[in-house]
Amino acid sequence: MISDDFSESRARRTLTAGGRILRALSMDGPLTGALAAIIAISFLVVYSASGQNLNVMEHHLANLGVAVTAMMFIARFATPQYLRLFAPIAYALGIVLLIVVDFTGHVGKGAQRWLDIGFIRFQPSEIMKLAVPMVCAWYMHERAQPPTFKDLLILVLLIAIPTALIVKQPDLGTALLIATSGLIVILLAGLQVWIILASIPVIAGAAWAGWHFMHEYQRQRVLTFLNPQNDPLGTGYHIIQSQIAIGSGGVFGKGYMNGSQAQLEFLPERSTDFIFAVIGEEFGLLGQLLVLILYGLIIGRALYMAMQGQDTFARLTGGAIALSFFVYVFVNSGMVSGILPVVGVPLPLISYGGTSMVTLLAGFGILMSLHSHRKLVGS
Amino acid sequence: MVRRVRIKDHYAEQRIFSIRGIVAGVAVALLLLTVAGRLFYLQVLRHAYYAELSQGNRVRIDPIPPSRGLILDRRGVVLAENLPAFQLELVREQVGREPAIDAALAQLVSIKLLEKEDLPGIKRSILSHKIYESVPVKLQLNEEEMARFALHRHEFIGVDIRTRLTRHYPFGPVAVHAIGYVSAISESDLSRIDSAEYAGTTLIGKLGVEGSYEHDLHGTAGYRQVLVNAAGRPVERQGAFTPHLETHPSVAGSDLILGIDMRVQRVAEEGLAGKRGAVVAIDPRNGDVVALASTPEFDPNGFARGLSVSQFNALQNDIDKPLLNRALRGAYPSGSTIKPAIALAGLTYHLVNPNKPEFCAGVFHLPGSRLQFREGKTGRHGYMDLEHAIAKSCDVYFYGLAATIGAQRIADFLAPFGYGRLTGIDIGGEKPGLLPSPEWKKKAFKRAADQVWFPGETVNFGVGQGYLLVTPLQLAHVAAVLAERGKSYRPRLVATVRDATGHFEKVAVVTNPPVQGVSEADWDIVLKGMIGATTYGTAAYTAGKGASYTIAGKTGTAQVFTVSRAERLTDKVSERLKDHSWFIAYAPAEAPEIAVAVLVENGGFGSAVAAPIARKVMDAWILDRDRGAARSTVPPPVPPNPSPKT
Repeated sequence: MISDDFSESRARRTLTAGGRILRALSMDGPLTGALAAIIAISFLVVYSASGQNLNVMEHHLANLGVAVTAMMFIARFATPQYLRLFAPIAYALGIVLLIVVDFTGHVGKGAQRWLDIGFIRFQPSEIMKLAVPMVCAWYMHERAQPPTFKDLLILVLLIAIPTALIVKQPDLGTALLIATSGLIVILLAGLQVWIILASIPVIAGAAWAGWHFMHEYQRQRVLTFLNPQNDPLGTGYHIIQSQIAIGSGGVFGKGYMNGSQAQLEFLPERSTDFIFAVIGEEFGLLGQLLVLILYGLIIGRALYMAMQGQDTFARLTGGAIALSFFVYVFVNSGMVSGILPVVGVPLPLISYGGTSMVTLLAGFGILMSLHSHRKLVGS
Repeated sequence: MVRRVRIKDHYAEQRIFSIRGIVAGVAVALLLLTVAGRLFYLQVLRHAYYAELSQGNRVRIDPIPPSRGLILDRRGVVLAENLPAFQLELVREQVGREPAIDAALAQLVSIKLLEKEDLPGIKRSILSHKIYESVPVKLQLNEEEMARFALHRHEFIGVDIRTRLTRHYPFGPVAVHAIGYVSAISESDLSRIDSAEYAGTTLIGKLGVEGSYEHDLHGTAGYRQVLVNAAGRPVERQGAFTPHLETHPSVAGSDLILGIDMRVQRVAEEGLAGKRGAVVAIDPRNGDVVALASTPEFDPNGFARGLSVSQFNALQNDIDKPLLNRALRGAYPSGSTIKPAIALAGLTYHLVNPNKPEFCAGVFHLPGSRLQFREGKTGRHGYMDLEHAIAKSCDVYFYGLAATIGAQRIADFLAPFGYGRLTGIDIGGEKPGLLPSPEWKKKAFKRAADQVWFPGETVNFGVGQGYLLVTPLQLAHVAAVLAERGKSYRPRLVATVRDATGHFEKVAVVTNPPVQGVSEADWDIVLKGMIGATTYGTAAYTAGKGASYTIAGKTGTAQVFTVSRAERLTDKVSERLKDHSWFIAYAPAEAPEIAVAVLVENGGFGSAVAAPIARKVMDAWILDRDRGAARSTVPPPVPPNPSPKT
């Protein structure tokens, strides 16, 4: 039938047109689609979790605007050569800013993380989330893989300096995430399997020795960190309420904006760190699985794009961005559902607030740039 | 030294990366599956458990206190009701820890809403409640106090004014010793009541009908499910959160209809006005207490409002003891009111010829003893038989009669009349008095010398002096026994109970074992003597004067302090050492409808003070009823209980 043919061809032509636009913008189709879906979910859930607060929505939208702009700019204009050049500069700048923050920083929520530079307040640790894996990839770019022992020492030093500065703020969660993103680069760079295996008993021994020399109160702190249920009115309160929210949601959830745990404020930090529990309460198991599947698509696509990288820097940076993203997802969803200790890590791209969305989308911008400019590099 | 130069092998590096990437991808998938599995566990396997927790999180159960039952007189006049009042309440959870509570209370003292001396008690009460419960710290605020709090309201967190139903006694002190009162639930109350039943209730019955019938008056507490947020505040929104918030209404307490006739009660209290004493009037046909008064009185509304320590101490330490229920707990020598019973004892044991006159010279000499027992105020009587001896209250006659009968036999005969034992009235606190006997004396005293019963004590027994102690309630009961010729019923204040559904339930009459072995002829002789008392005898010009019905009565004068004859007759005797004045009576003598006992402390001679009060009480009951007003025994419609407010 004519009308059918017409609409089919029109649909194909629109898709192609969309693809053409994306290619012109140096953006990746599947990745952009999955990111858009996750961000759409974010707006839906933040609206409910914030108690229909329009101020929050406005802020969220502004964050998104900055983040998308950053992603598109980087994808289109930050070519791999620039990125490689920029990596050590960003790292050095980050270190300087971290030192500044440690001494003069703005205190927020009991820790010095924020730097106020007049028109904008941001956390230098956010820069490090990208700068650390990039500088590691930059270091390995000219060198043969797998890394030698000397390379390994230098890489560990590159990771340890910013980590220590962030621990000092104190922001243990972010420090661990940044260290992890650096370690991912080392692992992807082909660290020998025997070193990985050998490090396991070494770490276990260090942990045992540390435990042995700790004071009783320090042990107590570690125990509460590992098992917050022991402290139902302190740290445990979050995780208990979060599990109630998820568990009471059931398969289909209580319905949009009908989650009593979230709407009646039983669930703390519901629009930020514990937003995954709101999804579980209001949209049930199905809603949470959808989110996990979208995350899986994003990570899978990102890994695939990294594997197509034509040089060490592109592959290592891409792989670190993809896997760091996974670590954020896993740490947050694991914490909210009660299988990991409570660490202040937001659910990437869904939680409200902070500059984390900008960093994350900038990261995906880098990934897209590395991927779309690969033919220009030539081999 | 040879430096090995490693050459970048792009192909190999790409391969390493691809392998590691794939391994990482698999690990990612597995870990995401772990999270999904955890979610499945929480949302499918443990859904019911968490659903219940989330329900419990947001639904709080608020108690609905029941409305306390009313107390009505036999005609339906309201004696105790519930009115809305404003009270200051404190929620510990909102105030904070102990220092914060202390600070808030100190602040209330500084704006003169509380007295410093009351703080320890208030704080104990606060700490004995659950942290989320609203605890009253001051009841029944007046307008000026409310204005003062409103001015300082912003300084307080967790302290606020709430409207509650409170107890109100429209007649104030009238009949307080029968009705009792309510006051704030104390710590000791909390230990014996079901705290769930009293959640949200601030007042509990103390003494009197309020105390004894607490269970009936209180009713059954209800509850209401309230949607709350994490801070515990009730929120309006419902819908999908909780589609069905249950409300389980409270059941109001039962109303109590007393046997008391408020008009008779008032007459009794007017008679006692300004005196210390008691009046008890009983319907001898069923034991209904028609009037029960004890003076001085106090205002029960003060207790419902909450007395300060100094106010309570003032009541407690008052030399006239307003808190003492003299009708039930005041134990006095019976004086001559015992004579009709002694006469019956003599007649029943056939130890007296009622028609044989005995000579009264104003003084009795106990055979074989040098002791002299004097006549009372009435001087010498000359020759008189039993009837006249009762009517004129001849002590000498009864000294001799008692000596003839013997103490143990008198005690045995008097016991079934109710001497020395509780009448079993349906309110608490009653004292049994004391019926002495040689047997009793052996048990009561430790020293052998004290255990001996002296013949002189038997002589005193005959005129109601010595160890014998009676309460006004007991003597009213004795009058009822005399009226019904040995039959009697357990006295009771509550005649009918009306439950929340409007169903009337009459309280069953409890019949006591009757006095046995007394012949009708003997009852007649004593009745004549008692009628004589009000016609030509000791009370002829007081109780009996101008009466349109026949009254059987007996005066009594209870010695408080043994003073010589000459001194006793002068006014120099200190007020509180004067004799107590008694009068017992029943009427109409032929078919008794009321039995009365009147006691006036330090009132002097029985007929002068006590008898006129008894006469007025009987008039109020018999004459008013004879006019035909409100004779019906079915109570009129009871005013509806106001619904509980929160």
